[in-house]
Amino acid sequence: MSTDKNDLEAIATEGGAAASDILANSLSDYVRMWWARVRSGDSGALPVLVGLAAIVIYFDIRSSAFLSAGNLVNLMTQAAWIVVLGMAEVWVLLLGEIDLSIGYSSVMGAVIAAWMVSPSENLPWWLAVLAGLAVPAVFSGLQGMIFTWLRAPSFVVTLAGQLLGGGLLLYLVNVAAPSSGGTIRLTNNVLNDIEGGAMSPAASWIVMIIAVALAALFFIRRDARRRTSGLAAPPIAVTGLKIAAMAVAGVILVLIANTDRGAGLIAVKGVPWVVPLVLVVLIAWSMLLSRTRFGRYVYAVGGNPEGARRAGVNLTRIRVLAFTLCGLTAGVMGIIYASYLGSVSNNANGGQNVLYAVAAAVIGGTSLFGGRGKMLGAVIGGVIVAVIYNGLELLGLGASAQDIWTAAVLLAAVAVDTLARRSSPERR
Amino acid sequence: MRETDPGQPLLRLAGVGKNFGPVQALHGIDLDMRAGEVTALLGDNGAGKSTLIKCISGIHATDHGQMYWQGRQIHLHSPKDASDLGIATVYQDLALCDNLDIVANMFLGRELTKHWALDEIAMELAAKQTLQDLKVVTVRSIRQPVGSLSGGQRQSVAVARTIMQDAKLVILDEPTAALGVTQTKMVLDLIGRLAEQDVAVLVISHNLSDAMAVADRIAVMYLGTMAAVGPKAQFDNQSIVDLMTTGTSARVSNGGTGEH
Repeated sequence: MSTDKNDLEAIATEGGAAASDILANSLSDYVRMWWARVRSGDSGALPVLVGLAAIVIYFDIRSSAFLSAGNLVNLMTQAAWIVVLGMAEVWVLLLGEIDLSIGYSSVMGAVIAAWMVSPSENLPWWLAVLAGLAVPAVFSGLQGMIFTWLRAPSFVVTLAGQLLGGGLLLYLVNVAAPSSGGTIRLTNNVLNDIEGGAMSPAASWIVMIIAVALAALFFIRRDARRRTSGLAAPPIAVTGLKIAAMAVAGVILVLIANTDRGAGLIAVKGVPWVVPLVLVVLIAWSMLLSRTRFGRYVYAVGGNPEGARRAGVNLTRIRVLAFTLCGLTAGVMGIIYASYLGSVSNNANGGQNVLYAVAAAVIGGTSLFGGRGKMLGAVIGGVIVAVIYNGLELLGLGASAQDIWTAAVLLAAVAVDTLARRSSPERR
Repeated sequence: MRETDPGQPLLRLAGVGKNFGPVQALHGIDLDMRAGEVTALLGDNGAGKSTLIKCISGIHATDHGQMYWQGRQIHLHSPKDASDLGIATVYQDLALCDNLDIVANMFLGRELTKHWALDEIAMELAAKQTLQDLKVVTVRSIRQPVGSLSGGQRQSVAVARTIMQDAKLVILDEPTAALGVTQTKMVLDLIGRLAEQDVAVLVISHNLSDAMAVADRIAVMYLGTMAAVGPKAQFDNQSIVDLMTTGTSARVSNGGTGEH
């Protein structure tokens, strides 16, 4: 029996070391433990990043324009909406559920926001944003309630939500702008600048430096607290490498974005506003997931609903809240999407967008079986989806190649997820 | 062996009965459980062991008889009533979340927080202390997911969790079923240390040798009745088999059924 053998091994290697924590104390220990985690299916961000690097290198070889500053900034604005919709889907995928409706509900929110800031209504942009967030949040929250009350599969409940959302979108556009031909222009400068505008080069540097410094402070303080409490903390080398990697990534990002990408007389420079916006969503949701009771319960319900219930977790509350947060995040995506296109149209393909979102989350390591995944993974996965589209576009290959490539990457990600789950001891 | 506490039992069952419609699943059950004492509950399939522990853990309401907790009569209407008193039950499926680490599982539903955020350091220190007290030594890191543990280690985490919850009576349902030899020994040792911490333990088992190894007292059920209760010394394997299969045994030494 393999389990017995493992036990004996553990006893043999650790001897009578009591429960004294045997977390990594050196870099090599850390690498060994990381590899054990990868084998158990919890691979973290590194393999996905390696995949992303491979795709980027491929496109760089094939197209000289791919790594130009103009294209990379363009890529950031293209990736933003996929990334945010991917983060939305993580909330429900972690429960082992799915929400197919957010592709349309996000655009519904955007329609209402665009209508509110239109010249005829002329309401303040922040009020429009609130409404644009609230509509999809309520829409998904209600589906979460229906799903928990009926105990029906979320796939079917939210499929109905998707159809309803598509219908409501047509209706809303017709009511809000009857003679527009189905497209509402986004007329507010603040909202248009999310994707269209950029911070000044100096502001880009300042924001980046502050962000990296705060992250570094957070990691260092966390490790120091653990050490003073007598608990094992990651080796200083590992934390240092992480912080260095963040700093390098930040510097590269700002250098690229601060290169003049203007085609004519006017210089266009700076990090697009959408980048810090996505960063704020990422940090807020990661904190909520990893550092609060609610986040802990989302993972618990995804891992073992019956176990969570017996431990006193209110399953209905967690599920409805997670669906609501999924919708809320989709609302953010709707605003970004409208800003990216400069308008909202009733022919937005919400059915396809939501599938890209699921693809982004799963490529980023979120398990379809629930209980495993991170917001950061959805960001990386969304960037991969966007890179494939952007790169193939540059190579002059059309929609067919784009979908075939995305399909291949998604299938690879699902295969990794399923195989990891099968080989991990928890599912013996 | 530990001395039986002469004082008041932690939990006393007096004439407890349970009907499912016309079927009498339990009849006239008398059983005392004391702090620091391990009671092995034995019986064949259908003898009523599971029904009895469900009554004690508040899942089933009893139809006859009384239950006394530290001398005070109690009525359990829900599992929460039982857990509020300090009765914790570890079922065979353990109810652990495989994707969460050991600390998270031990505190699930009772997380410590500081300014809205999880207090990971306090939880990890407390979990570590509890595992040390119980001498659970084979765990590599208490930050590894429970899914990566062996069966015996998972059982240990599930038991340690009851200690974190300040349980006074821990009920273990077939804790050594499906475990190998090494791991069975590990869990049996753990049960012993649980009793050393002044917890009353009720172990449901099919396995005679496990029961004899760990128990202070033996309780044998037969067709919904308590066939015999007494200190382990009054029993041997043959008498227990007799009691489990026929409800009586000529070999039980004096007072084997004395609590009736």
